[in-house]
Amino acid sequence: MSENLLLAMEGITKTFPGVKALNNVKLEVMPGEVHALLGENGAGKSTLIKILAGIYTKDAGEIKINGEIVEISSVNDAKAKGISVIHQEISLVPKLSVANNILLGTEGKEVFINNKKRREIAQKTIKELGFDIDVDAMVDTLSIAQQQIVEIVRALATEEVKLIVMDEPTASISEKDVDKLFATIRRLKKKGIGIIYISHRMEEITQIADRLTVLRDGCYIGTRNIDEISMQDIVEMMVGRQVEEMYHYNINAIGETVLKMKDVSSQYVHHVDFELKKGEVHGLYGLIGAGRTELVRVLFGLDSYQGEIEIQGKEVKIRNAGDAMEHGIALVPEDRKKEGLFLENTIYFNSVITILKEFMSRFRIKNSKARETTEQYKKMLKIKYTDSQQLVGTLSGGNQQKVVLSKWLAAKPDILILDEPTRGIDIGAKSEIYDLIFQLVKENVSIILISSELPEILNLCTRVSVMREGRIAGHVERKDFNQKEIFKYAMK
Amino acid sequence: MNKVVKLKDSLSKFVMVIAFIAIIIIFSLLSDRFFTFDNFFNVLRQVSTNGIIALGMTLVIICGGIDLSVGSVMAFAGTLCCGLIEDGMHFTLAILITLACAVVFGLFNGFFVAKVNMPPFIVTLATMQMIRGCAYIYSQGSPIRAIDENFNMLGNGYIGVVPVPVILFLVVTLMIYLILHRSKMGVYIYAVGGNKSCAIYSGINAKKVEISVFVISAMCAALSGIILASRMYSGQPTSGQGAEMDAIAAAVLGGTSFSGGSGKVSGTVLGILIIGVMNNGLNILNVASYYQLVLKGIIILLAIYVDMIKKK
Repeated sequence: MSENLLLAMEGITKTFPGVKALNNVKLEVMPGEVHALLGENGAGKSTLIKILAGIYTKDAGEIKINGEIVEISSVNDAKAKGISVIHQEISLVPKLSVANNILLGTEGKEVFINNKKRREIAQKTIKELGFDIDVDAMVDTLSIAQQQIVEIVRALATEEVKLIVMDEPTASISEKDVDKLFATIRRLKKKGIGIIYISHRMEEITQIADRLTVLRDGCYIGTRNIDEISMQDIVEMMVGRQVEEMYHYNINAIGETVLKMKDVSSQYVHHVDFELKKGEVHGLYGLIGAGRTELVRVLFGLDSYQGEIEIQGKEVKIRNAGDAMEHGIALVPEDRKKEGLFLENTIYFNSVITILKEFMSRFRIKNSKARETTEQYKKMLKIKYTDSQQLVGTLSGGNQQKVVLSKWLAAKPDILILDEPTRGIDIGAKSEIYDLIFQLVKENVSIILISSELPEILNLCTRVSVMREGRIAGHVERKDFNQKEIFKYAMK
Repeated sequence: MNKVVKLKDSLSKFVMVIAFIAIIIIFSLLSDRFFTFDNFFNVLRQVSTNGIIALGMTLVIICGGIDLSVGSVMAFAGTLCCGLIEDGMHFTLAILITLACAVVFGLFNGFFVAKVNMPPFIVTLATMQMIRGCAYIYSQGSPIRAIDENFNMLGNGYIGVVPVPVILFLVVTLMIYLILHRSKMGVYIYAVGGNKSCAIYSGINAKKVEISVFVISAMCAALSGIILASRMYSGQPTSGQGAEMDAIAAAVLGGTSFSGGSGKVSGTVLGILIIGVMNNGLNILNVASYYQLVLKGIIILLAIYVDMIKKK
């Protein structure tokens, strides 16, 4: 059996200052297998992948490829062994052409590059995979979805590839492209290439994976065949506790209108009428680029607009984020790394930055009071860290998101806008955030929830507005919720 | 969609070209001494030394750095080269030794930026002082005369009707063009400046790339210093002050982004020419140099503002 293994990682251990990220972890992949790697945030998936990719070096353990022990101490080592990685965050060079990005790092010893040949190779690879992207386009002119495809193509363009690691490859591409990706994966399987697939979308995993390995808190939990395990069991393995009903939700009696937009237009959205009531979770659904983020940007004073906005029945002008905050609006943005956090600063700094005024006594900040608040939200949101002086950038994705949430909850908003609050975070943290939303609504906070995951919308929202091409295409009440109805508005 | 993007791209490229042509037309109308054959080469010779520095600087900025030490390297190179010749060395050997010295300066900058991970602004601010100091120490504070006539041809000679510095400038332009737009190193420079972690994840030795651009920049500065010394018949420890700012201005005028990852050789050359023509034209019109400075600043601000709104 072990002779047939394409990859065998045994006893992998990795310690970072203060954290044991991986403890005696095992991962085995057979040729032609799609192996899902699952685990909550901070379970150690990324660390394991980075060891395999040569970005981190392991402290202990061994890696075998085709039964041979190998040492992977650099990115080039990993490449030479036929390991290719699609990283979670899009990592492309903005001012290089698609062709140059796809072939970046494959230049070898040549001094001058043959642009014509590079274009041809890139074009051929893209075509073979069934995608359609202009190889001469500068990457920074492409949409996020297109960029993700370039990234996928790049990982597959290396010739001697034996093993491909895909870390959340579908995070921002359309369903049509997901189908193409899966078709590609199936073709790669036939060639005997092994694939490690990381995703938080369960339906994808059941669709494409053969086996799965679960990690939790840096430890190996188990490996199972996909057809021998139920969704419930997978979740249990990941979370380590019985999860009863993942999405449980009750609606409170909904109160009066707190926010009204009348014929609001900005550069990106057109003639939007929108209403939010007290204690409501109002979903905003739509395809990527439908204008959901752009609409809430208007509400938060980030884009200028024409039209009327009423808050608590009074007409207001929202010119900047400060105005919005004064009216009790808070926005948890889509891209936590760019817009939500000061990654180079501490958890403490990030937690209190929005409410700094409250801690001021004359010109001094009252640290003790601020620390108390940080502590309070750490408990409330179950954020995992040892010291609030730790840099936020060192936390896992889910915990980072919780810090963003705590930062805005501390401001005690009446209207909380959540833009893709559960993107790229695991089921455990997701359900904690769902619980939190439920809790907040009870406390009479009104919530606007943007999500691309329909189940999330269907389970959490009291009402959903569907956007398409910068306009509101329709409203659906909770009693009328069904996927088809909502899709119909979103798709056209 | 793509066509619109392309059109916008070429428009924003043309803005600078149009501005350049407009400046030429205005000066031509204001003075009949401006648009002449002699003055054409005159401008080119005037910009050649700063131009060579700006080209090296362009690589550093695209790679995400900045090199403030170029003016000092320029002064040091001039004094060292003249000093070695005065000591009886053949001028070609003196030039080679001076360039080798520049490589050492470049490695020094690159070492602290890439290996020690210090911000390039700080590192080169420090080396700017150090190298300027070295130039004063070596020359004991006074100019060193260039006594070799062959050496003095570098700055003052002609090949046909073309001044030698102009030819050297064109050669350097071609070399930097090949590096940036035709070689592997060029792709790597864009990669490291545009997205460093991506470059590292792609197996690119980012440190090597960073060190290389500082070495190239220092060599460009040294070459420029040698040409200037030859042209002035002496190596002056005070020369090249503010040269780093002129070089940065030229690169930025040419569309090089300060945040790294974008820029072009053609852009920088255009930027150099705009600055050169401005200086030359204002001199011909007898505008006092104090006013010239103010005007130059305004034009840089305006040009970049126009470029920005065009890009939007």
